[in-house]
Amino acid sequence: MKAPVILYCHCRYAQVLPDAVKRAVLERLCASGQPFEAVPDLCELAARRDPRLARLAATGALKIAACFPRAVKGLFAAAGAPLAADRTQVVNLRVLDAEAAGAALLAAELSPNLPPDKETPAAAAAAPAPAPVP
Amino acid sequence: MNPILPHLVLCEGDGAAPPAAGERFTAVLALLEQGFTLTCAGPDHAPVPSAEAPGATLLDWPALRGADPAARAAELAAQVRAREATDARPWLPWFPVIDYDRCTHCMQCLSFCLFGVYGADADKHLRVEHPDQCKTNCPACSRVCPEAAIMFPKYKAGPINGEPVQDADLQREKMKIDISALLGGDVYALLRARSERARSRFSKERDADKALAERQKCLAQLAAEVPPEVLQSLPSPEEIARRAEEAAARARAARQG
Repeated sequence: MKAPVILYCHCRYAQVLPDAVKRAVLERLCASGQPFEAVPDLCELAARRDPRLARLAATGALKIAACFPRAVKGLFAAAGAPLAADRTQVVNLRVLDAEAAGAALLAAELSPNLPPDKETPAAAAAAPAPAPVP
Repeated sequence: MNPILPHLVLCEGDGAAPPAAGERFTAVLALLEQGFTLTCAGPDHAPVPSAEAPGATLLDWPALRGADPAARAAELAAQVRAREATDARPWLPWFPVIDYDRCTHCMQCLSFCLFGVYGADADKHLRVEHPDQCKTNCPACSRVCPEAAIMFPKYKAGPINGEPVQDADLQREKMKIDISALLGGDVYALLRARSERARSRFSKERDADKALAERQKCLAQLAAEVPPEVLQSLPSPEEIARRAEEAAARARAARQG
Protein backbone atom coordinates (compact mmCIF):
# COMPACT_ATOMS: atom_id res chain seq x y z
CA MET A 1 0.00 0.00 0.00
CA LYS A 2 1.27 3.43 -0.91
CA ALA A 3 2.42 5.52 2.05
CA PRO A 4 0.38 8.63 2.78
CA VAL A 5 1.66 11.84 1.27
CA ILE A 6 2.80 14.24 3.98
CA LEU A 7 2.02 17.95 3.71
CA TYR A 8 3.54 20.40 6.16
CA CYS A 9 2.18 23.96 6.57
CA HIS A 10 4.66 26.47 7.96
CA CYS A 11 1.93 29.03 8.82
CA ARG A 12 4.39 31.70 7.81
CA TYR A 13 2.35 34.79 8.55
CA ALA A 14 1.00 34.10 12.00
CA GLN A 15 2.12 32.96 15.40
CA VAL A 16 -0.80 30.64 15.95
CA LEU A 17 1.32 27.53 15.60
CA PRO A 18 3.96 27.39 18.32
CA ASP A 19 7.29 28.10 16.68
CA ALA A 20 9.09 25.42 18.66
CA VAL A 21 6.56 22.82 17.55
CA LYS A 22 6.78 23.88 13.91
CA ARG A 23 10.56 23.76 13.90
CA ALA A 24 10.77 20.45 15.71
CA VAL A 25 8.25 18.82 13.41
CA LEU A 26 9.98 20.14 10.30
CA GLU A 27 13.35 19.05 11.62
CA ARG A 28 12.00 15.58 12.28
CA LEU A 29 10.52 15.38 8.80
CA CYS A 30 13.80 16.42 7.24
CA ALA A 31 15.75 13.93 9.34
CA SER A 32 13.37 11.10 8.51
CA GLY A 33 14.39 10.91 4.89
CA GLN A 34 10.72 10.59 3.97
CA PRO A 35 9.51 12.57 1.00
CA PHE A 36 7.14 15.37 1.94
CA GLU A 37 5.48 18.49 0.62
CA ALA A 38 5.88 21.80 2.42
CA VAL A 39 4.04 25.06 1.92
CA PRO A 40 4.78 28.42 3.49
CA ASP A 41 1.14 29.08 4.36
CA LEU A 42 -1.85 26.94 3.55
CA CYS A 43 -4.22 29.90 3.93
CA GLU A 44 -2.34 31.80 1.24
CA LEU A 45 -2.35 28.86 -1.17
CA ALA A 46 -6.09 28.43 -0.62
CA ALA A 47 -6.81 32.09 -1.28
CA ARG A 48 -4.75 31.96 -4.45
CA ARG A 49 -6.42 28.69 -5.48
CA ASP A 50 -3.01 27.19 -6.03
CA PRO A 51 -3.41 24.11 -8.26
CA ARG A 52 -1.08 22.17 -5.98
CA LEU A 53 -3.93 21.87 -3.48
CA ALA A 54 -6.14 20.10 -6.01
CA ARG A 55 -3.30 17.74 -6.88
CA LEU A 56 -2.70 17.00 -3.20
CA ALA A 57 -6.40 16.47 -2.52
CA ALA A 58 -6.52 13.97 -5.35
CA THR A 59 -3.34 12.19 -4.36
CA GLY A 60 -4.77 9.40 -2.21
CA ALA A 61 -3.95 9.08 1.46
CA LEU A 62 -2.84 12.43 2.82
CA LYS A 63 -1.51 13.61 6.18
CA ILE A 64 -1.54 17.34 6.75
CA ALA A 65 0.42 19.06 9.51
CA ALA A 66 -1.42 22.31 10.04
CA CYS A 67 -4.16 23.50 12.39
CA PHE A 68 -7.71 22.42 13.20
CA PRO A 69 -9.22 19.79 10.89
CA ARG A 70 -12.36 21.88 10.37
CA ALA A 71 -10.26 24.84 9.21
CA VAL A 72 -8.09 22.71 6.93
CA LYS A 73 -11.17 21.15 5.36
CA GLY A 74 -12.61 24.62 4.78
CA LEU A 75 -9.38 25.90 3.25
CA PHE A 76 -9.20 23.09 0.70
CA ALA A 77 -12.88 23.55 -0.11
CA ALA A 78 -12.24 27.26 -0.60
CA ALA A 79 -9.52 26.38 -3.09
CA GLY A 80 -11.94 24.22 -5.04
CA ALA A 81 -10.05 21.12 -3.89
CA PRO A 82 -12.29 19.27 -1.42
CA LEU A 83 -10.53 16.70 0.71
CA ALA A 84 -11.66 13.08 0.88
CA ALA A 85 -12.78 12.40 4.43
CA ASP A 86 -11.82 8.74 4.32
CA ARG A 87 -8.22 9.32 3.33
CA THR A 88 -7.19 12.53 5.04
CA GLN A 89 -5.68 12.97 8.48
CA VAL A 90 -4.95 16.40 9.89
CA VAL A 91 -2.22 16.63 12.51
CA ASN A 92 -3.09 19.68 14.55
CA LEU A 93 0.07 21.61 15.42
CA ARG A 94 -1.99 24.06 17.49
CA VAL A 95 -2.77 21.45 20.10
CA LEU A 96 -0.24 18.63 19.79
CA ASP A 97 3.30 18.75 21.08
CA ALA A 98 6.17 18.17 18.67
CA GLU A 99 6.70 14.57 19.73
CA ALA A 100 3.08 13.56 19.22
CA ALA A 101 2.76 15.52 15.97
CA GLY A 102 5.94 14.05 14.51
CA ALA A 103 4.94 10.53 15.47
CA ALA A 104 1.49 10.96 13.95
CA LEU A 105 2.93 12.30 10.71
CA LEU A 106 5.51 9.58 10.26
CA ALA A 107 3.36 6.65 11.36
CA ALA A 108 2.55 4.28 8.53
CA GLU A 109 -1.14 4.09 9.34
CA LEU A 110 -3.65 6.77 8.50
CA SER A 111 -6.28 7.91 11.01
CA PRO A 112 -8.83 9.98 9.09
CA ASN A 113 -10.22 12.76 11.25
CA LEU A 114 -11.94 15.36 9.10
CA PRO A 115 -15.32 16.49 10.42
CA PRO A 116 -18.11 14.67 8.61
CA ASP A 117 -19.86 16.26 5.68
CA LYS A 118 -23.39 17.39 6.22
CA GLU A 119 -26.06 15.43 4.45
CA THR A 120 -25.64 17.21 1.18
CA PRO A 121 -21.91 16.86 0.57
CA ALA A 122 -22.35 18.15 -2.95
CA ALA A 123 -22.74 21.56 -1.40
CA ALA A 124 -19.22 21.43 -0.02
CA ALA A 125 -17.75 19.83 -3.10
CA ALA A 126 -19.36 22.48 -5.24
CA ALA A 127 -18.38 25.21 -2.86
CA PRO A 128 -17.97 28.33 -4.91
CA ALA A 129 -14.47 29.49 -5.48
CA PRO A 130 -13.06 32.67 -4.04
CA ALA A 131 -11.96 35.29 -6.47
CA PRO A 132 -8.24 35.51 -7.22
CA VAL A 133 -5.97 37.44 -4.97
CA PRO A 134 -3.90 39.92 -6.92
CA MET B 1 -4.33 35.75 -13.66
CA ASN B 2 -4.04 34.52 -10.13
CA PRO B 3 -0.32 34.34 -9.27
CA ILE B 4 0.73 31.21 -7.48
CA LEU B 5 3.75 30.78 -5.30
CA PRO B 6 6.97 29.46 -6.83
CA HIS B 7 7.44 25.74 -6.40
CA LEU B 8 10.78 24.01 -5.94
CA VAL B 9 11.44 20.30 -6.09
CA LEU B 10 14.48 19.33 -4.05
CA CYS B 11 15.94 16.29 -5.71
CA GLU B 12 17.84 13.72 -3.70
CA GLY B 13 17.26 10.63 -5.79
CA ASP B 14 19.54 8.80 -8.15
CA GLY B 15 22.35 10.99 -9.27
CA ALA B 16 21.78 13.67 -6.67
CA ALA B 17 24.17 14.49 -3.87
CA PRO B 18 22.25 14.20 -0.58
CA PRO B 19 22.71 16.88 2.06
CA ALA B 20 24.52 16.36 5.31
CA ALA B 21 22.58 15.96 8.54
CA GLY B 22 20.88 19.20 9.50
CA GLU B 23 21.62 20.79 6.15
CA ARG B 24 18.28 19.71 4.74
CA PHE B 25 16.34 21.27 7.62
CA THR B 26 18.22 24.57 7.45
CA ALA B 27 17.68 24.88 3.72
CA VAL B 28 14.01 23.83 3.81
CA LEU B 29 13.26 26.26 6.61
CA ALA B 30 14.97 29.11 4.77
CA LEU B 31 13.11 28.37 1.54
CA LEU B 32 9.74 28.25 3.32
CA GLU B 33 10.51 31.59 4.93
CA GLN B 34 11.22 32.91 1.45
CA GLY B 35 7.74 31.88 0.35
CA PHE B 36 8.53 28.81 -1.74
CA THR B 37 6.32 25.78 -1.84
CA LEU B 38 8.49 22.70 -1.74
CA THR B 39 8.54 19.09 -2.70
CA CYS B 40 11.26 17.29 -0.77
CA ALA B 41 11.79 14.14 -2.76
CA GLY B 42 13.83 12.41 -0.07
CA PRO B 43 17.11 10.55 -0.44
CA ASP B 44 15.61 7.23 -1.44
CA HIS B 45 13.15 8.56 -3.95
CA ALA B 46 13.43 9.56 -7.54
CA PRO B 47 12.76 13.18 -8.44
CA VAL B 48 9.06 13.91 -8.80
CA PRO B 49 7.96 13.49 -12.41
CA SER B 50 7.18 16.80 -14.02
CA ALA B 51 3.58 15.70 -14.56
CA GLU B 52 3.13 15.75 -10.79
CA ALA B 53 4.74 19.13 -10.36
CA PRO B 54 4.11 21.12 -13.51
CA GLY B 55 5.88 24.42 -13.56
CA ALA B 56 8.16 23.50 -10.70
CA THR B 57 11.86 24.26 -10.61
CA LEU B 58 14.03 21.23 -9.92
CA LEU B 59 17.00 21.76 -7.63
CA ASP B 60 19.78 19.44 -6.70
CA TRP B 61 21.33 19.90 -3.27
CA PRO B 62 24.61 21.37 -4.49
CA ALA B 63 22.58 24.36 -5.61
CA LEU B 64 21.67 25.00 -1.99
CA ARG B 65 25.07 24.43 -0.47
CA GLY B 66 27.03 27.27 1.00
CA ALA B 67 28.10 28.86 4.21
CA ASP B 68 24.74 30.50 4.69
CA PRO B 69 21.70 28.50 3.51
CA ALA B 70 19.34 31.37 4.31
CA ALA B 71 21.29 33.77 2.11
CA ARG B 72 21.46 31.14 -0.61
CA ALA B 73 17.69 30.67 -0.33
CA ALA B 74 17.14 34.41 -0.71
CA GLU B 75 19.38 34.44 -3.74
CA LEU B 76 17.49 31.53 -5.24
CA ALA B 77 14.18 33.21 -4.51
CA ALA B 78 15.27 36.29 -6.42
CA GLN B 79 16.47 34.21 -9.37
CA VAL B 80 13.32 32.10 -9.60
CA ARG B 81 11.02 35.08 -9.23
CA ALA B 82 12.86 36.97 -11.91
CA ARG B 83 12.79 34.01 -14.27
CA GLU B 84 9.13 33.18 -13.66
CA ALA B 85 8.10 36.83 -13.49
CA THR B 86 6.15 35.96 -10.37
CA ASP B 87 4.16 39.00 -9.42
CA ALA B 88 2.46 37.63 -6.35
CA ARG B 89 2.68 40.54 -3.96
CA PRO B 90 3.13 39.95 -0.27
CA TRP B 91 -0.24 39.60 1.36
CA LEU B 92 -1.10 38.53 4.84
CA PRO B 93 -3.65 35.81 4.19
CA TRP B 94 -6.41 36.83 6.56
CA PHE B 95 -9.84 36.11 5.14
CA PRO B 96 -13.00 34.23 6.09
CA VAL B 97 -13.15 30.51 5.43
CA ILE B 98 -16.66 29.16 5.17
CA ASP B 99 -17.60 25.90 6.85
CA TYR B 100 -20.06 24.73 4.21
CA ASP B 101 -21.14 21.92 6.49
CA ARG B 102 -22.67 24.58 8.72
CA CYS B 103 -23.43 27.49 6.40
CA THR B 104 -27.11 27.93 5.53
CA HIS B 105 -26.43 30.67 2.96
CA CYS B 106 -28.53 33.10 4.97
CA MET B 107 -26.33 35.95 3.71
CA GLN B 108 -26.15 37.71 7.05
CA CYS B 109 -22.39 38.00 6.67
CA LEU B 110 -22.83 39.46 3.21
CA SER B 111 -25.25 42.00 4.65
CA PHE B 112 -22.87 42.82 7.46
CA CYS B 113 -19.55 43.21 5.67
CA LEU B 114 -18.84 46.73 4.48
CA PHE B 115 -15.80 45.76 2.49
CA GLY B 116 -17.28 43.63 -0.26
CA VAL B 117 -15.57 40.42 0.83
CA TYR B 118 -18.66 38.28 0.29
CA GLY B 119 -20.82 37.58 -2.71
CA ALA B 120 -23.25 34.98 -3.94
CA ASP B 121 -23.17 32.77 -6.97
CA ALA B 122 -25.94 31.94 -9.40
CA ASP B 123 -27.12 29.14 -7.12
CA LYS B 124 -27.56 31.62 -4.26
CA HIS B 125 -24.64 30.11 -2.42
CA LEU B 126 -22.46 32.31 -0.32
CA ARG B 127 -18.93 32.78 -1.62
CA VAL B 128 -15.86 34.65 -0.49
CA GLU B 129 -15.52 36.90 -3.47
CA HIS B 130 -12.69 39.24 -2.52
CA PRO B 131 -10.59 37.69 0.25
CA ASP B 132 -7.93 40.35 -0.18
CA GLN B 133 -10.41 43.06 0.85
CA CYS B 134 -10.81 41.56 4.30
CA LYS B 135 -9.41 43.62 7.16
CA THR B 136 -6.49 41.91 8.82
CA ASN B 137 -7.22 40.55 12.29
CA CYS B 138 -10.89 41.56 12.13
CA PRO B 139 -13.16 38.59 12.88
CA ALA B 140 -16.35 40.64 13.16
CA CYS B 141 -18.37 38.89 10.45
CA SER B 142 -17.86 35.55 12.15
CA ARG B 143 -19.57 37.03 15.17
CA VAL B 144 -22.77 37.70 13.28
CA CYS B 145 -23.00 34.22 11.79
CA PRO B 146 -25.83 32.41 13.58
CA GLU B 147 -24.34 29.03 12.69
CA ALA B 148 -20.72 29.72 13.68
CA ALA B 149 -19.84 28.81 10.10
CA ILE B 150 -17.23 31.48 9.45
CA MET B 151 -13.66 30.64 10.38
CA PHE B 152 -10.48 32.64 10.48
CA PRO B 153 -7.82 29.94 10.86
CA LYS B 154 -5.27 32.42 12.19
CA TYR B 155 -7.60 33.71 14.92
CA LYS B 156 -6.57 33.04 18.50
CA ALA B 157 -9.69 31.37 19.86
CA GLY B 158 -12.37 28.89 18.97
CA PRO B 159 -14.65 28.26 17.32
CA ILE B 160 -13.56 31.07 14.99
CA ASN B 161 -10.14 29.46 14.56
CA GLY B 162 -11.72 26.21 13.37
CA GLU B 163 -12.09 24.42 16.65
CA PRO B 164 -15.14 22.16 16.72
CA VAL B 165 -18.33 24.11 17.41
CA GLN B 166 -19.88 23.24 20.76
CA ASP B 167 -23.51 23.57 21.76
CA ALA B 168 -22.51 26.37 24.11
CA ASP B 169 -21.04 28.29 21.19
CA LEU B 170 -24.33 28.08 19.33
CA GLN B 171 -26.31 29.22 22.35
CA ARG B 172 -24.04 32.21 22.62
CA GLU B 173 -24.51 32.96 18.94
CA LYS B 174 -28.26 32.94 19.38
CA MET B 175 -28.16 35.28 22.33
CA LYS B 176 -25.71 37.81 21.17
CA ILE B 177 -27.04 39.18 17.95
CA ASP B 178 -30.24 40.79 16.94
CA ILE B 179 -29.39 40.82 13.30
CA SER B 180 -32.15 43.21 12.32
CA ALA B 181 -30.55 45.78 14.56
CA LEU B 182 -27.20 45.11 12.98
CA LEU B 183 -28.62 45.64 9.55
CA GLY B 184 -29.97 48.91 10.80
CA GLY B 185 -26.46 50.11 11.30
CA ASP B 186 -26.22 49.97 15.06
CA VAL B 187 -23.06 47.99 15.00
CA TYR B 188 -21.30 50.48 12.82
CA ALA B 189 -22.48 53.31 15.00
CA LEU B 190 -21.06 51.48 17.96
CA LEU B 191 -17.79 50.81 16.21
CA ARG B 192 -17.47 54.45 15.28
CA ALA B 193 -18.36 55.48 18.78
CA ARG B 194 -15.60 53.29 20.10
CA SER B 195 -13.21 54.80 17.63
CA GLU B 196 -14.19 58.28 18.77
CA ARG B 197 -13.75 57.28 22.39
CA ALA B 198 -10.32 55.93 21.64
CA ARG B 199 -9.37 59.25 20.12
CA SER B 200 -10.81 61.50 22.78
CA ARG B 201 -10.20 59.21 25.74
CA PHE B 202 -13.65 60.13 26.82
CA SER B 203 -16.47 57.80 27.45
CA LYS B 204 -19.83 57.99 29.01
CA GLU B 205 -22.44 55.52 29.97
CA ARG B 206 -24.69 54.52 27.17
CA ASP B 207 -28.38 54.70 27.76
CA ALA B 208 -29.83 51.41 26.84
CA ASP B 209 -33.07 49.91 27.87
CA LYS B 210 -33.07 46.53 29.45
CA ALA B 211 -34.34 44.75 26.38
CA LEU B 212 -31.31 45.87 24.44
CA ALA B 213 -28.78 45.28 27.18
CA GLU B 214 -27.70 41.86 26.03
CA ARG B 215 -27.29 42.98 22.46
CA GLN B 216 -25.35 46.03 23.51
CA LYS B 217 -23.08 43.83 25.57
CA CYS B 218 -22.48 41.61 22.61
CA LEU B 219 -21.88 44.49 20.29
CA ALA B 220 -19.39 45.90 22.74
CA GLN B 221 -17.61 42.58 22.74
CA LEU B 222 -17.63 42.65 18.98
CA ALA B 223 -16.23 46.13 18.90
CA ALA B 224 -13.51 45.18 21.33
CA GLU B 225 -12.29 42.57 18.91
CA VAL B 226 -12.10 44.81 15.90
CA PRO B 227 -8.55 46.11 15.49
CA PRO B 228 -8.06 49.85 16.02
CA GLU B 229 -6.74 50.31 12.49
CA VAL B 230 -9.98 48.92 11.11
CA LEU B 231 -11.97 51.23 13.33
CA GLN B 232 -9.89 54.16 12.21
CA SER B 233 -10.47 53.27 8.59
CA LEU B 234 -14.23 53.05 8.83
CA PRO B 235 -15.81 55.42 6.37
CA SER B 236 -18.13 58.27 7.22
CA PRO B 237 -21.55 57.49 8.70
CA GLU B 238 -23.15 58.40 5.37
CA GLU B 239 -20.82 56.09 3.48
CA ILE B 240 -21.42 53.34 6.03
CA ALA B 241 -25.15 53.73 5.56
CA ARG B 242 -24.76 53.59 1.80
CA ARG B 243 -22.56 50.50 1.87
CA ALA B 244 -24.74 48.77 4.44
CA GLU B 245 -27.79 49.36 2.27
CA GLU B 246 -25.90 48.14 -0.77
CA ALA B 247 -24.76 44.98 1.03
CA ALA B 248 -28.23 44.35 2.37
CA ALA B 249 -29.66 44.71 -1.14
CA ARG B 250 -27.12 42.22 -2.47
CA ALA B 251 -28.01 39.80 0.28
CA ARG B 252 -31.74 40.21 -0.40
CA ALA B 253 -31.14 39.65 -4.09
CA ALA B 254 -29.09 36.55 -3.36
CA ARG B 255 -31.74 35.14 -1.06
CA GLN B 256 -34.59 35.86 -3.45
CA GLY B 257 -32.74 34.94 -6.64
